[in-house]
Amino acid sequence: MLYTVSHITLVLMSLSIAICLYRVFIGPTIADRIVALDTTGINLIGFIGIIMILQDTVAYSEAILVIAILAFIGTIAFSKFLEGGVVIDRNHH
Amino acid sequence: MSMLHFVALAPFIVAIIIPFLYKKFRHIHTGWFVLPVPLLLFIYLIQYLPLGGEAMEIVENTVAWVPSLGINYTVYLDGLSLLFALLITGIGALVVLYSIYYIANKRDEPLNNFYVFLLMFMGAMLGVVLSDNLMVLYVFWEITSLSSSLLIAYWYHKEKSRYGALKSMLITVAGGFAMLAGFALLYVMTGALGSATFSIREIISYADVLKDSPLFLPAMLLILLGAFTKSAQFPFHIWLPDAMEAPTPVSAYLHSATMVKAGIYLVARFTPLFGGEAEWFWIVTGVGLFTMLWGSVSAIRQKDLKSILAFSTISQLGLIMSLLGLGSAALYFDIPNAGSVYSVAILAAIFHLVNHATFKGSLFMVVGIVDHETGTRDIRKLGGLMALMPITFTISLIGIASMAGLPPFNGFLSKEMFFTGTLQSMTLDIFNVQTLGFIFPVVAWIASVFTFIYSMILFFKTFTGKYQPEKLDKEAHEAPMGLLIPPIILASLVVIFGFFPNLLAYTIIDPAMQSILPGLLTEGEQFDVKIYHWHGLNPELFMTIAVVAFGTLIYLNLDRWKETTFFMRERDPLNAFYDNGLDGLVTGSQKVTKLQMTGLLRDYILYMLVFIIGMITWTFIKFNAFQYDFANLTLVPPYLWIVILVIIAASISLPFISHRISSILVLGVIGFLVALLFVIFRAPDLALTQLLIETVMVVLFLLAYIYLPELKKIDVKPRFNIFNLVVSIGMGLVVIVTGISVHAMRNDLDITSISEYFIENSKALGGGYNMVNVILVDFRGMDTLLEVLVLSIAALGVVTMIKLKMKGGEDI
Repeated sequence: MLYTVSHITLVLMSLSIAICLYRVFIGPTIADRIVALDTTGINLIGFIGIIMILQDTVAYSEAILVIAILAFIGTIAFSKFLEGGVVIDRNHH
Repeated sequence: MSMLHFVALAPFIVAIIIPFLYKKFRHIHTGWFVLPVPLLLFIYLIQYLPLGGEAMEIVENTVAWVPSLGINYTVYLDGLSLLFALLITGIGALVVLYSIYYIANKRDEPLNNFYVFLLMFMGAMLGVVLSDNLMVLYVFWEITSLSSSLLIAYWYHKEKSRYGALKSMLITVAGGFAMLAGFALLYVMTGALGSATFSIREIISYADVLKDSPLFLPAMLLILLGAFTKSAQFPFHIWLPDAMEAPTPVSAYLHSATMVKAGIYLVARFTPLFGGEAEWFWIVTGVGLFTMLWGSVSAIRQKDLKSILAFSTISQLGLIMSLLGLGSAALYFDIPNAGSVYSVAILAAIFHLVNHATFKGSLFMVVGIVDHETGTRDIRKLGGLMALMPITFTISLIGIASMAGLPPFNGFLSKEMFFTGTLQSMTLDIFNVQTLGFIFPVVAWIASVFTFIYSMILFFKTFTGKYQPEKLDKEAHEAPMGLLIPPIILASLVVIFGFFPNLLAYTIIDPAMQSILPGLLTEGEQFDVKIYHWHGLNPELFMTIAVVAFGTLIYLNLDRWKETTFFMRERDPLNAFYDNGLDGLVTGSQKVTKLQMTGLLRDYILYMLVFIIGMITWTFIKFNAFQYDFANLTLVPPYLWIVILVIIAASISLPFISHRISSILVLGVIGFLVALLFVIFRAPDLALTQLLIETVMVVLFLLAYIYLPELKKIDVKPRFNIFNLVVSIGMGLVVIVTGISVHAMRNDLDITSISEYFIENSKALGGGYNMVNVILVDFRGMDTLLEVLVLSIAALGVVTMIKLKMKGGEDI
């Protein structure tokens, strides 16, 4: 039962990744794409979680945490880039 | 090491100390320090001459140089070597003496250079004629090419000198290289017999067996190529007239007496091996005769004295060469009594070799004197020097008469023997001579007529007619005694050999013939060398009379031909081939380079990819390597299909995205999905690293994006190119096919993985449960160390590029 449900969930999650990617492709604004990328990251977290259930392991928990951090940092970086054209500010002195 | 080894080495040793002597004793002409070298060597070599009429004693000595390769400095002194060695040292001494007076001890004349080059040349030339080892001979041969180029370009500030030096270098070195290949073939051929050797004598002793080798003919042709380029035979003669830019002592020494005879020496030396073959006979004789004709015809239209002499040298070398070719028939053993009849051509060749060295050396020196005392060598400006320069005039008269073949000088004797040789060869009934043999005496006769004409031009235009002081740079007067002594000695030799030719018979000619034609005579026997002035009323005499008559007739009518283009054009038409060929080589290679080296990275990538595709496809077709085997494949779960389709869709969409930020984003998504694949295929460490690296990559892309130049910031759609599409699809297919085949082959070959070992021992030996990390830092720690190094180098490189900006747009 768990096995079947997990597989159905994985299919749904990958479809959702595909849909996010569609948004990344067509935009229309950069902000749309960035939000789509962020959502892709979150989808990955869920995906990997279910894989962990399927493979009966906890080896990917670090990966999940890292994705969570990276999705956040990546989104921030992009937003900053959009706002000011730079990712890392120079020191003004 | 015997004394004989030092004969060739002594000039080199002296050449080392010459610059010191030049610096130390500026007030003494450096030539005086050089003069004893050839003089002593000449005196030393004379003692080997068989003066008593007995057979010559052959001397041989070996010093190991590279014994493991069979290369030894073996000196071998027989009649032929001795003849050349005496010419080199004897005329060398005279030329050095002449040069002391010719090149005055002025501040701007680099005398040390001159004498170092000259000594180098002398030593190399002696080495060529004394070496028995092919490789040593080749080494000395190349040193003669090098030093002669240096001597031609002695006045290197002149454009024409450099041109002449380059030309002679290119032609003679090309020939020398062919000769080296020929030598290598000889070595290979003897190696096939089981006794590989570089020794000329040993190779000749296998002559009978070597004739059957398939490499025999190529070796012969290659060695002949070397000989013909060095001895200025048609069509390689074009370097010799341009080498006349050298100082006159150099022309006299190198371009009349010694270097241009190196090819003659080579042909003579290899006659025992190749002689008696139809190819050798026809090539050597044919090229020699044609060169003789071409040289003599070209000589009459020259306006410069040295150019006349240069073409005359070409012609006379052709004469000697053709005689060597005709004489090689004597080694063809099917004819009865061949030895005694046809060896007369060899006799004539050797005799003329000596004669030519004497009269041509003196003529060059005379021309140098005329140049020195009047300031010009142009025959249109000269004239009427007979009364002003009586001694020079006398020497010239003797030399020119000898060159033209007039009695009683030695040129007459050798010319008569030349005619005898050609007439006798006509009667040969080997090598199909009976059909074409009549050409020999006809060509020889025509060439002799032209020889007579240019000799007359040389003589009458220089010494008779009206003296034109207004055209000359200097007031013409007789030369100092020092300049006159060497040509006087040579002219006396011309007269002595003319009146007493039999002085040479058993001292020089017979020993040389013995070495060119070995095995013809029984032990202790000697060739019948008798040279007479008067043979009776035979065809040769009538031919000479006809030469004189026709020559005079044509010379008297020369004014009618003067205005024809044939006479106006001085340069040899074959120079066009050389000049255009050299230009064509440069422009052609530039074109080829420009065609492929476009400077565009995309082209170079294209070359590489096309090559890889071609190579792998060829390998697959050649070895029929494509295999597929779907056993051992796991079932693909449904979600994986979707993930992979998404990756494929993202990858395919990449080239079509026109917005740069979008493509960076899509690239990031692909990276994340690859990390997901790592998760699905159970590689947590890889997934972790991939995620981090991918994020950093995306950030770096964004960082770089902002620094793109303004102009390029306009987002352009990548250009579509059908060829690029084909190549990229081809590359992908090749990789896919290779992957499938490798998988199939792994099933066939039943290879067990070594990972079992790591699984078992990662805790026991490495002390860790994380097998990937244990491999990275324990089992295969060295790789990790170097990867760390790579990262540090990359970091340092980035810092360097950012911090150390070059000023003023310099490239790093």
